[in-house]
Amino acid sequence: MALIRTLAVLFLLLLSASVVAEGIELREFDDPVLAQRYHALTASMRCPLCENQAINDSNSPISADMRERVYQMLHDGRSDSEVINHMVERFGDYILYNPRLESRTYLLWGLPIGLGVVGVLIVLLIVRARRHASAKALSVEERARLDALIQRRRSS
Amino acid sequence: MSRRLWLLLLPLGFLLVALFLYQRLQHDPSARDSALMAREFPTFEATTLHDEGSLVDQTLLHGEVSLVNVWGEWCPACKQEMPQLLALADQGIRMVGVNYRDTREKGVHFLNEFGDPFEVNIFDPDGRLGFDLGVYGAPETFLVDADGIIRYHHKGDISPQDVAERILPEVAKWR
Repeated sequence: MALIRTLAVLFLLLLSASVVAEGIELREFDDPVLAQRYHALTASMRCPLCENQAINDSNSPISADMRERVYQMLHDGRSDSEVINHMVERFGDYILYNPRLESRTYLLWGLPIGLGVVGVLIVLLIVRARRHASAKALSVEERARLDALIQRRRSS
Repeated sequence: MSRRLWLLLLPLGFLLVALFLYQRLQHDPSARDSALMAREFPTFEATTLHDEGSLVDQTLLHGEVSLVNVWGEWCPACKQEMPQLLALADQGIRMVGVNYRDTREKGVHFLNEFGDPFEVNIFDPDGRLGFDLGVYGAPETFLVDADGIIRYHHKGDISPQDVAERILPEVAKWR
């Protein structure tokens, strides 16, 4: 009984997945490289309308238009960067999941690296300070004084 | 002293990050400038909604400040903003429509029913001009100056408040 129920649930899940996928058309490619580029490009662009879906994952009308344009441009022999520029000119940097490296985005790309470097520096400084502290725990004079104190106590 | 300083810096840093994130939480992710801001209105060639035989292109927008409104019969928010567009036209602002992803029949019917503030309507059934304008959902409105440069972009329907606070000041600024 439980097995049947599980199977039924699985079946319904599969059904709903196919319903969702229906909004996104299938495209035929003669060239597997072109197909690969198409999939990579449509996965790297964010739908302008639906906030966090790639255009290959969204069935909004604008995503369909954008996929169609990507498809056409690839068939016309345009390069990946030409396709990306074409889209950014119209829909803005917003659609790029990977922002481009330019003066405006130096902070964005540089901050993680910068913070990592600062972190390593802080750890190094702490380690060095500790090592220094334990090595310098007692100077020669201090040790002599300590010995003298111990001696005095013993002798008294 | 240095340990105490660190203990103070930690919550301070946390507070700063929290404040920054909280402030971004108020930010509407859909509110962003059009990529076409301060750029020329895209080149196009199209017929008008009312006349299959006529051809218009981007020079249509030269010579006078115009509000270009992208609309469609299928778009509910376009109906809501119609009274505001009619009022803007009444104030002598040149209105140009882009009938986006629509049929002639439905588009004309819409204007007959809700009023027609437009001097002319560019017919864009396959959304080609809309795509070049970066339109991702009607209605959208562009303010184009007399040289054909896009100066302001309004996403979504124009409320009476938008007219007073945004549209009219922008029109005045670029006229």
